[in-house]
Amino acid sequence: MRASSLFFTLILALTGLFLVSLYHGFSGNYQLEGKLAATCTFTRELGITDLALFTEARYTRHPSQADLHAAFQDHPLALEHFPTGSLVPVPNRLRQ
Amino acid sequence: MKRILRTQQYLIDYTLSSLGRRRGKNFGLLLVYTLIVFFLASVMLFAQSLKREAEIILRNAPEIVLQRLIAGRHGLIPGTYLQKLDPLPGVAEKRGRLWGYYYDPAIKANYTLMVPGADPPACGKIRVGATLARVRGLQPGFFLNLRSADGGIFSLQVAEVLAAQSELVSADLILLCEADFRSFFHIPDGMYTDLILRVRNPSEIVNVARKLTVLLPDTRPILRDEILRTYDAIFNWRQGMVLVLMTGSVLAFVIFAWDKASGLSAAERREIGILKAVGWETADILRMKFWEGAIVSLTSFFLGYLLAYVHIFYTSAMLFAPVLKGWAVLYPHFRPIPQVDGFQVATLFFFTVFPYTVATIIPSWRAAITDPDMVMR
Repeated sequence: MRASSLFFTLILALTGLFLVSLYHGFSGNYQLEGKLAATCTFTRELGITDLALFTEARYTRHPSQADLHAAFQDHPLALEHFPTGSLVPVPNRLRQ
Repeated sequence: MKRILRTQQYLIDYTLSSLGRRRGKNFGLLLVYTLIVFFLASVMLFAQSLKREAEIILRNAPEIVLQRLIAGRHGLIPGTYLQKLDPLPGVAEKRGRLWGYYYDPAIKANYTLMVPGADPPACGKIRVGATLARVRGLQPGFFLNLRSADGGIFSLQVAEVLAAQSELVSADLILLCEADFRSFFHIPDGMYTDLILRVRNPSEIVNVARKLTVLLPDTRPILRDEILRTYDAIFNWRQGMVLVLMTGSVLAFVIFAWDKASGLSAAERREIGILKAVGWETADILRMKFWEGAIVSLTSFFLGYLLAYVHIFYTSAMLFAPVLKGWAVLYPHFRPIPQVDGFQVATLFFFTVFPYTVATIIPSWRAAITDPDMVMR
């Protein structure tokens, strides 16, 4: 088989997969509300205001409900206790 | 037409054999290029997906949350404030919310305890979020012991584990009845954590909020739009942080690719000179170089983008989870729902494929228009 034929096969396969991913993604855009319907109903019924993504500290759990200086609430020099506000990993000694 | 296609096929054959002669260097380039596209596409797809899901879910949040401030801090709000809101037109529904945090030293995590507005569990029973149930090993019928405000042990039986589908908003949630909540936290009757207001007409929300600050000066209204903006800002900020951290590697790649694409090596110059000497036209050399750029950049783009798609939507963004998770013990298991923004994909394609392809052509054109004898020397 010629190198160019191999290349065309590869590019065609990759283009095909790329188009499938685009179709999958675009159809996902339309199905999004349907797939999230149960979560939306749950949110409406309970009056939930925040996502449970940052559960590590009280003041990061509900960012939208925190006051403007929530990070300072413990004492004035407590700029940031938790890496939710940064990208610092947990020190190894704290994992032990 | 057939002739043109055949010419291109021969050119590609030649280009591939030419790339094969510098296999190590070109494979390295392809690998780094693919990785860069993979990271950029991953950040783009993940941030977009989280932002969209947050927006759709939080569109169902209450239009207005009313918090009472005491000495500048969030304090309990009396239920009598609800009656003071009666004269406000446009408010379709209003109720007090009871919720709070509980730190569980057993797993070093914070729980959110909440009383549902409708259909609360029977007293002594609780409904728990799927993440919490998983981490604490809870199942319906099991008991969860918590230490109440007076130091006594409060034993609550799990009636139900909340659906895993809603884990994104219920990971650390414990739903309990009002009487249990009040006795657990020692919150007097008639006091609430905050009030929520539903306003039917969206254009009235700001007016209602303005009237609230006059009617109840010790309160702070939080509008749904502010909640949505908060999350938009959070995800933009996180996306920005990742991109800033990636800037160094992207720049290193740009320098590497630019050097590889624009600075022809002596061997490449000689190759062009020989091709010219054996009768290749300048246009043929440019086409050949165009294919060289296109082969590398297209393959890298497709591979990088497809790997990013699988990474985000089929492995639950495995590489990014630690960034979002931080120190959280209760982190929801959630898989972003596949979705794409055509404009973002087009932008990524344009900025990753075009510059490299163009950069390979210009120096080759300079070499190709020079006398073959000069180039080969």
